[in-house]
Amino acid sequence: MADSDGRQVDGVNHATGKIYRLKLFFNNEGKELTKEEKQRLRKEKKQHKKNKKDDKGPPEKEKEKEKASVPAPSKPATQSPAHKAAPAPVHASESAAAAEKPAKSKAELRAERRARQDSERTSKQGKKEGGQQSASSKPKATPNELQPVVKRLPEHVQVDDPAALKKLAKKLERQQVRQIHSCDLPIVPLRSDYGYKVSLFSHLHQYSRKSPPTLQISIPATVIHPSIVRLGLQYSQGIIAGSNARSVALLHTFKQVIQDYSTPPNEELSRDLVNKLSPYISFLSQCRPLSASMGNAIKYIKKEISNIPSQCKEEEAKGKLQACIDSYINEKIILASEAISKYAIEKISDGDVILVYGCSSLVNHILCKAFEKQRKFRVIVVDSRPRLEGREALRRLVKKGIRCTYVLISALSYILPEVSKVFLGAHALLANGYVMSRVGTSQIALVAKAYNVPVLVCCETYKFCERVQTDSFVSNELDDPDDLIVTRNGKSHLENWQTVKSLGLLNLVYDVTPPDFVDLVITDLGMIPCTSVPVVLRVKNVDQ
Amino acid sequence: MEFNVLVEYFRAQIRGDPDVASAVAAIRSLLEFLRRDQSETILGLRENMTQAIRRLEETDSSVAVSSGGELFLRFISLTSLEHPDLSQCKNVMIERGELFLKKISLSRGKVGKLCHTFIKDGAKILTHSSSRVVLKVLENAAADNKRFTVYVTESQPDSAGKRMAQKLRKLNIPVMVVLDAAVGYIMEKVDLVIVGAEGVVESGGVINKIGTYQMAVCSKAHNKPFYVVAESFKFVRLYPLNQQDVPDRFKYTADILKTVKDLNQEHPMIDYTPPSLITLLFTDLGVLTPSAVSDELIKLYL
Repeated sequence: MADSDGRQVDGVNHATGKIYRLKLFFNNEGKELTKEEKQRLRKEKKQHKKNKKDDKGPPEKEKEKEKASVPAPSKPATQSPAHKAAPAPVHASESAAAAEKPAKSKAELRAERRARQDSERTSKQGKKEGGQQSASSKPKATPNELQPVVKRLPEHVQVDDPAALKKLAKKLERQQVRQIHSCDLPIVPLRSDYGYKVSLFSHLHQYSRKSPPTLQISIPATVIHPSIVRLGLQYSQGIIAGSNARSVALLHTFKQVIQDYSTPPNEELSRDLVNKLSPYISFLSQCRPLSASMGNAIKYIKKEISNIPSQCKEEEAKGKLQACIDSYINEKIILASEAISKYAIEKISDGDVILVYGCSSLVNHILCKAFEKQRKFRVIVVDSRPRLEGREALRRLVKKGIRCTYVLISALSYILPEVSKVFLGAHALLANGYVMSRVGTSQIALVAKAYNVPVLVCCETYKFCERVQTDSFVSNELDDPDDLIVTRNGKSHLENWQTVKSLGLLNLVYDVTPPDFVDLVITDLGMIPCTSVPVVLRVKNVDQ
Repeated sequence: MEFNVLVEYFRAQIRGDPDVASAVAAIRSLLEFLRRDQSETILGLRENMTQAIRRLEETDSSVAVSSGGELFLRFISLTSLEHPDLSQCKNVMIERGELFLKKISLSRGKVGKLCHTFIKDGAKILTHSSSRVVLKVLENAAADNKRFTVYVTESQPDSAGKRMAQKLRKLNIPVMVVLDAAVGYIMEKVDLVIVGAEGVVESGGVINKIGTYQMAVCSKAHNKPFYVVAESFKFVRLYPLNQQDVPDRFKYTADILKTVKDLNQEHPMIDYTPPSLITLLFTDLGVLTPSAVSDELIKLYL
């Protein structure tokens, strides 16, 4: 099929494949779009979008309907791909005829965008009801409306909603379309869930450690950097665990990626690098869901990258970015833990019996520092299955020479009358003052409150996140259920748990502790009550 | 200015005006110290000021002197001190010091105006020991032609409650003195509890005369509102987790700290009331919930 200008536009079944072809076609034309032309195009696109916003605010859907009506009067639910291809060349010819020569490329891009939106809308119309349609078109709605900023659940944790899964799959494919590749295997594969999921948590992913995410990746993975693949595997196998460790590993890997990065000929570093990082981040979140600290770190890096001035030379820009990452690690993690230790040591007095749970790098650091400062105290390490992280903490503390006791969490109410203080680490601090931490933390805080033992949470400010959660169900992580199978005397009774249809194994990773149970939060800004987390977030946002 | 002269000046201030808050007297003395200071550099000036505050804390070990002094120092140095001439910098600091002093002298009046509207006609109020701010609040309420009765605890070991009762009788407010042990007994009769504070800590809790914590626990058990009235210069950067965590230098009076060796034999003069037992705090910054105190402190100190 050819349009009026005689250019070949193939009618391909796959909607994204069609756009890929179109783009290839436009890019391989005689006149190549230079960097300046691309910048100009972008500016024009922005201006165009702004004009659209100024004309109509809320009735964005009407505008879409208007666009829909322009190419074809009727849009039946099951439209063949041939029809889909038809509006595109029609548009191209229309707008090509209307506009002058230099503005042709802008119109073509607009047509391509409209065609993409049309195809998405028709594929959704067939499957979704009206309510979900409005939900999907919400991201296209104008952002400068006075809409309340609702933090909705990200797509990758709505596992039981088929529409959300489809959207995620499309998003992953779209990310790979941006980089032109020749192989057909998916770059960022969707990892499949494993085993029966307890119904309360069916909206979360549950992966098995036996099926690594790299099984479906093509070799060589031209799009994903090998150190990112390594990092993802280390996350999914549990080799790197713990909030700080994961963030630091991520930042170091990003430094490596930036080192190996070279700007393609007609691109700007500040835009292209951010685009390059997106499939990496999708891959990492497929290996193991991102933590709040990692999310904040990624936001910071993206901001730094997009702030690189365009006239900066590549080597200089890369050096600047690496220096930024180094200073972030130094300030927010290393120096922060020094500051927190300083405040925390004031709270440790001679003769104290301190209870810790699991293995928090920050709490271990505080206790070692306090011991060096000649404070006399002893530690009770509480541990829980299946991770048994307390053993690592025990090893570190005993190596220093601190007197330790080791119990499992089931003995908590037995041991608590002896305890004078409880020190807990945190994975994230939420905006309503709730503490998200390893599963079992809220239990410890609850029992400590019942015994009137003060509970102190130690957390760096880069782990503060703007999410609000009141329970542990809505957003959590499910670990490999096979970890719960225990072998004793050569017999494991749960080995064939999959065959029992009514049996589900639940291996939760995180839980949320309400602020009433926490007496004090020690951050690098000082000692604050749990309810003052939004103030710190506000102060941080003002600083940035 | 020598530190002895400073301490004498401070004591003279207190003797001259017994109604003045000890923190205000301390700040007046510090301002005078600043005026007469002879140091050559700004750093030297700050050193001297910090030492002066420490000396005043040794004289009067209340929390308010410590917090007031620290806030004073922060307030005067929170401006741009980029002038090349030291005397110019000093003039700027003295100006700000006088501004600070004027502001805090008015704070008690502001608190009184805020709080007296919470006292309804026919109310029965319970208060603890002798607080000048509570007196101001009750004075304002009486001036507003409200009828109310006041129960005051004796507040041993210094029987400060009896002095409070005398002052209230002068204002023609019906008052009854009860034993410290009778707080639980009287709680069902009263409608609300108002106490002053020597210091307001970061968590939103208060440090006050011994017996306040008991009263707070009783009022919580009876579901009576527990109000604290305090000026903003009493906000202090402390975060006690429990009674033991309050530093020794606040618990005992200055003379006892200097003379007695074994503090375990002495009885502390103050206790700590955690924020979960406090309903509202009335300050010159407004009416705050205990969790908002931390917000205000962050604004004041960060």
